[in-house]
Amino acid sequence: MNNATILVIDDEVQIRKLLQITLESNEYKVIQASTAREGTTSAATHPPDLILLDIGLPDESGHDVLQQLREWYTKPIIILSVQSSEEDIVKALDNGANDYLVKPFRTGELLARIRSAIRGNSSEENDPVIDCGNLQIDLSARVVKKNDEIIKLTTTEYALLALFAKNEGKALTHHYLLKEIWGPGYISQSQYLRVFIAQLRKKIEDDANRPVHIITESGVGYRFVAT
Amino acid sequence: MATLTHRISKPRQYLYSLLLLFITAFACYVASSYLDYRVVAFILLLVVSVSAVLFDILPVLITAILSAMTWNFFFIPPHLTFRVEKTEDAILFLMYFLIALVNAVLTYKIRQIQKESLAKEEKANAIKLYNTLLNSLSHELRTPIATIVGATDNLQNLNGKLSDSNRYELISEISKASFRLNQQVENLLNMSRLESGFIQPKKDWCDITELLYETVKRLEENTGNKKINIQVDPAIPLFKLDKVMMEQVVYNLLYNAALYTPGIAAISISARCHTDVLEIVVEDNGPGFPAEEINNVFDKFYRLKNTSTGGTGLGLSIVKGFTDAHNGTVTLENIDTGGARFIVNIPAETSYLNNLKNE
Repeated sequence: MNNATILVIDDEVQIRKLLQITLESNEYKVIQASTAREGTTSAATHPPDLILLDIGLPDESGHDVLQQLREWYTKPIIILSVQSSEEDIVKALDNGANDYLVKPFRTGELLARIRSAIRGNSSEENDPVIDCGNLQIDLSARVVKKNDEIIKLTTTEYALLALFAKNEGKALTHHYLLKEIWGPGYISQSQYLRVFIAQLRKKIEDDANRPVHIITESGVGYRFVAT
Repeated sequence: MATLTHRISKPRQYLYSLLLLFITAFACYVASSYLDYRVVAFILLLVVSVSAVLFDILPVLITAILSAMTWNFFFIPPHLTFRVEKTEDAILFLMYFLIALVNAVLTYKIRQIQKESLAKEEKANAIKLYNTLLNSLSHELRTPIATIVGATDNLQNLNGKLSDSNRYELISEISKASFRLNQQVENLLNMSRLESGFIQPKKDWCDITELLYETVKRLEENTGNKKINIQVDPAIPLFKLDKVMMEQVVYNLLYNAALYTPGIAAISISARCHTDVLEIVVEDNGPGFPAEEINNVFDKFYRLKNTSTGGTGLGLSIVKGFTDAHNGTVTLENIDTGGARFIVNIPAETSYLNNLKNE
């Protein structure tokens, strides 16, 4: 049913093997590249539907590869990174990566990220109603319902939730959220974001302390999950 | 004595040794009508010996030479000249000179040997620490590796003979072992970041309630069914701190409590604000810590003496390192009714943003 083509750019043969088995078993077509140069050439000759890009490549930094690819490639790019490198992740996300995975990652997580990235890329804002279990977000009517009852949201709360809903499943950095909702002058005012996330969770989550929709990505940002 | 030498600066050593010599010589000179000049020689030699014990080789040598001159000039007849008339006195002077020098050099040599043995002892301690590290590390890393190797061997070789439940069990053991390996590597990385001295907290506004619940969730996912009680002051402000580091601090404290509390652990964590200081308290109902070891638990690679549970002894030293990086403190005490209590205090900027509600 998938048959989407995924280009894997990673210098570790073991990781490539693991990704190949995982992806092919889930009916994706896999192309492999072990260096930055091989990856960019391959992407140019046979543009894939999604790219999995390792940040630590031998010949060139993954950040540079990301920048080169983003000059023409508009489909999803997911970054693979090692632990304790939140700065790398934030930088990649702010430079056009759609999402990230930290090694070691769970294959279930990998597949979920790929699905959500491909979905987000193909069906941009087609359906104005986003269904998240007991929560419905109607972007055209600007109405949010929980258990079929309308929730009262302030303008900023609604703007934040709508932005999340449009980017369902995708990690959004603190910078991105602050810039989109409050404007470029507020990029360092992360306390606003903290307060509004807490308020929004109280309104839309069943238990604000154990959120299932607005998930914290420590040191990076937040991710909205529909389930 | 070696420490005393280190404490007195070089110029002062010269000053003190010479002062000691001149005061003694002056006293002897005043009393010279009652003292035979040969007795004075012994008194001055004593001054050289005392200097040799207290000071470095150079000031002592100078004191030795000057004392010989002083003795000659002021005490050996004829007085107030360097001239020596009697052969006996010439021999005495020569002997005095040699004894003073030998005295100085010998004491210096003894001190050198003392220093060397101290350095050797320090080196032996370092080697002991290194061995402790290697032992606990090789145990902590090899156990999961052995599990993975053994389980994958079985999966490959016993392919047809394994029951479904055994196969599932082996796979879940591999998964657990990998998780454990990953956690140890994370600890080692954090430790080496701390050791490198380059660790700088990346401070940003942080929701403490979220931090505690997130971390507890992660711990519960990783360790299974431990129920952890969370109490956060609802009016707690936002704190400006490095969230990733603080999560690691909280995680390691909780993990430690879960690991060393046998049976059903009642672990609780609470947070409150004391005027720009964030206080986080972690309590468990485990056996507590032996009083004599409480001061050591934050040391690198330290593990309690009578413990069999795994651990590299890195978790709590990382807690200490990360709280230090925030200019904070972490203390440990035993609870009267049983169990241990860790108290973390982090001074940090706070923000109360309750007036944004209607934006």
